[in-house]
Parts: sequence; structure tokens; C-alpha cells
Amino acid sequence: MGLALFGFIALFTLAAVYAERKIAGFVQDRLGPMETGKYGTLQTLADILKLIQKEFITPSAADKVLFVAAPVIIFMAVFFGFIAMPWAPGWVPAALNIGLFYVLAVVSVDAIGILMAGWGSNNKFSLLGSLRAVAQMVSYEIPAGLALIAAVMVAQTLNMQEIVANQGIRTTAPILLAGVWNVSEIGGFLAWNVFQAPHLLLAYVIFFIASLAECNRAPFDIPEAESELVGGFHTEYGGLRFAFLFLAEYAMMFLVAMIGVVVFLGGWNTPLPNIGTLKLADWTTGVAWGFFWTLSKTLFFVGVQMWIRWTLPRLRADQLMTLCWKVLTPLAFLCMAISGVWRVMVMV
Amino acid sequence: MLKTALQAFITAVKGLTVTLRHFFGARRSREALDVRKTDYFEKQGGVTTVQFPKTKMPIPEIARYQLDVEIDDCIVCDLCAKACPVDCITIDAVKATGVIGKTSDGSVKRLYAAKFDIDMAKCMYCGLCTVVCPTECITMTDQYDRSTFQLSDLTYSFSDMTPEEIAAKKQELAQFQAEKEAAKGK
Repeated sequence: MGLALFGFIALFTLAAVYAERKIAGFVQDRLGPMETGKYGTLQTLADILKLIQKEFITPSAADKVLFVAAPVIIFMAVFFGFIAMPWAPGWVPAALNIGLFYVLAVVSVDAIGILMAGWGSNNKFSLLGSLRAVAQMVSYEIPAGLALIAAVMVAQTLNMQEIVANQGIRTTAPILLAGVWNVSEIGGFLAWNVFQAPHLLLAYVIFFIASLAECNRAPFDIPEAESELVGGFHTEYGGLRFAFLFLAEYAMMFLVAMIGVVVFLGGWNTPLPNIGTLKLADWTTGVAWGFFWTLSKTLFFVGVQMWIRWTLPRLRADQLMTLCWKVLTPLAFLCMAISGVWRVMVMV
Repeated sequence: MLKTALQAFITAVKGLTVTLRHFFGARRSREALDVRKTDYFEKQGGVTTVQFPKTKMPIPEIARYQLDVEIDDCIVCDLCAKACPVDCITIDAVKATGVIGKTSDGSVKRLYAAKFDIDMAKCMYCGLCTVVCPTECITMTDQYDRSTFQLSDLTYSFSDMTPEEIAAKKQELAQFQAEKEAAKGK
């Protein structure tokens, strides 16, 4: 299972880096990689082969133990997060009853790994980058966590598999669209959490913005800030260690997109509702369909992350903190409060 | 605060629509490559990249790129080397004992061009050398794509004399001068 997941993450990273470069190209009226393979499709494969062959270089002033351990810890933190993620009905590596809590907790370890990398490199740019990264990740975990709690209060479970099941036709509890119309039999996108309780749409937007900051993606990429910090915490890394940091970054993108999809957007549930005798939801729910829907929804949001990266400029450090503490956190608290009221007043 | 955030959100959405339009616009390439066409600026949508060695941009009929020397027309006056702001032209002249011929425009040649090297890696394409040339033997051509693996390959040699010929001409000159000296001494 672990190997399959790792293989998937590696393949996803290769494809995503290629997609990222192509999207960047198209958005900027360029072509992106074109030379290696047809339309440059082998470019990322060539890149990883190059990275694998490179020598391990440890700066002489570096803290050897931290420097070597950091990429492993950063990758492991993200990799362990995948354990509780449901892919299809009955397909989840471990159906933990505290799944969502576990994922959030284990992903936070990422911050320690980044601090280790920054400190261990013994380089001012790395240290500055990692300090920024930790400040940012710790701050943005609060709105992200609160937005998720707002959804969990509606779903009444932390088990990821149950959260998904209760957003489609395989539900065990009745689903009310916007708290009034019972859509347990109709399913489709109408049964998703964001439509069950409309304030969760706002919660999802908050979670999405916060998740961008958590995986240090533009417009929240001040920890890497190429223009001012060289490469941030991974300045001193090269070869396979750098490849692992890269793998972790893309795995994190996939993970946060998947958490959003699972908690708010129905996970493996089909977006097609049953319409009268046209049982679209019944026909498109199953194990194979589950994998398809999870993957396509998640990849769509990974695509949106890339699209945003190549559109928006980087936020300044103070703007970043303002957005987190003065806008997102109060709004997330508001969502949580509405969820409480919703649970007591509407969903009884 | 919320107002600023909302404003930021709205402008972000505006920016995102712009990039999305370009993203889907990338399905086609720009249609007009030739800046001389009247509709050049209307047909600039889509991918701008020109995949260089495979497709080339059209160049003007009288393009002024790399230098070329018609050595038969050169009177080795050294004006081009003196005019060059970056000193990329090196000329070694060997005096002839008399008139050695005429250029195509009738100028008299009295010097052999033992060496006529232009370092294209230094050249800044100002064209001053072509302006000062009295016989118009140094010209700019429409050649611009000359990549080489050796830096020394970018030094173009236009002299058509072999080392033996040069040595022979120098010998001849020395002998001539010695004879002249001897004649003076008498």
C-alpha cells in the first residue's frame, strides 16, 4: 500500500511539474518545454534522472544531522498524511475514526522539518526562509483548521470515509439541501457539504486560501521568494535531497486539494444527481468511479492552485499576516459559529 | 479591513480571468510573423514563441548582420580597423613592390592582405566599417545564425594568402628595400 502510494506520488509529481511548466507557459503566451520527447513530455523524467545522478553535497558549516534528516522528515510528514485519505467506497489505507484530526496533526510536522532544513543549512537565506515558512504555516493552520471544524460540526464525524459517505447517495443520515430539501435519494452535487450548509462555501474558500499558504505556494510563497531569498529553506539542497523536497511540495499540493475535496466537495461521490428515472448518481457511484471522481476533482483543484500561482503576485510578509489574522481567522470563526447554530436549529 | 480584502479578492478574480483567457488562447500561435505586413499588430494573439531553428522570423531584404569581405576588392587601407569601436578587425599588410592589380571599381591595389581577421564575437554590428570602406568591399550580409562550438571559430579570416605566399612576399619586399638602400648608398 505504501509503495503504491509512493509510486502514485512520484508519478503525480512528474506529471504535475510538467503540467505546471506548461500552464506557466500558456498563461504567459509561451510554449513551455517542447524539446525532450513529443511536446516535451519526457522533460520531467529527464530532470529526475539528472537529480538522481547528482552528488550529495553537504555544506561544511552545516549541521550534518539536521541537514540530512530534514528532507526525509518533510516528505514523511506529507506522506503520512495520505494514510487517512479515502479514495473510493471501501478504499482507504486506514479508516481512522480521528482521520481528519490525524491528517492535520501529522502535516504540521512539516513545519519542524522546514525549520530543521533552514537551521541545518547554516545559511542566512535558508534560515530566513524557514522562519518565514514556520510563521506562515503555524498562522494559517488556524483558519484552515477552523474552516474544517465548521464542516466537521455539520458532518459530526472525523472519520474521512464517513464524511465522504454522508455527502452522497450512500449516506446513513438524511441529507438536507440548504437545510430544507431532502436530497438523500437524489445525491449528486446537491448532497455535497458546501450545498448542505451554504456557509460552508465560504469555509471552503477560506480553507483553500489557507491551504495555499500551508503548502507555501504563490501568492504565499515568501518562504521561497526566489527574488529575495535565493530559494528559501532549500537553497543549500541539491540532487536527490532536493528531489525529495520537491516531491514533498507537490505531494502537499495534492494532499490539501484532496482534503478540501473530501471534506467539502463530496470526495468520491459523483457530481451527477439522480433526475427522475435517469439514475445518473446510481450509475456513476462505485469503486472505479470513486477513484475517478476523487482524482479528477483533486487534480482540478491542483490545476487551480497552479493557475493562481501564475497569476497573482507574492504577498508582503505583513500583508500575509494581516490576511490571516484579521480576515480569514474571524471569518472562519464566523463560519464555525454558523455551523453550531445550523446544527442546533436547522439539522435537528 | 474586510473592504480591502474584498477588493483584493475581486481584483484577483479579474487577474485570474485574464490569465485564463491567455491559457485557452495558447491553443493557437500568433499568425503574423512579418512586421512589414500591415495587419501585423492585429494578428498577435496566441503563443508568441517562434521555435527558432525550425521556424525563422522573416528578415528585411537588406538585412545588416554578419560582416563579409570581398578580399579581391580590398586595398588594405586599414580604415575599417581604425573605424571599429570595439577593435574586432585585425589587418596585417605587406607592401608590394609595385602595383599588384585593380579592384572592380578601379582602385589601385599596392598592398597584400597578409591577415584580415574579424572577430564576430566582439562585433557590435554598428556598420561603421562598411561606411568608411572606400571600395565597398566590406559589407553586412543577411547571415545571423552562425553558432559554433569553438570560440575561435567566430574569428572569420578573409585573407586568401598561404603562409608560404606571405613569407615569399615579405622576402620580395625585403630584397626590394635592400636593393633600394644599396642604390641610395651608391
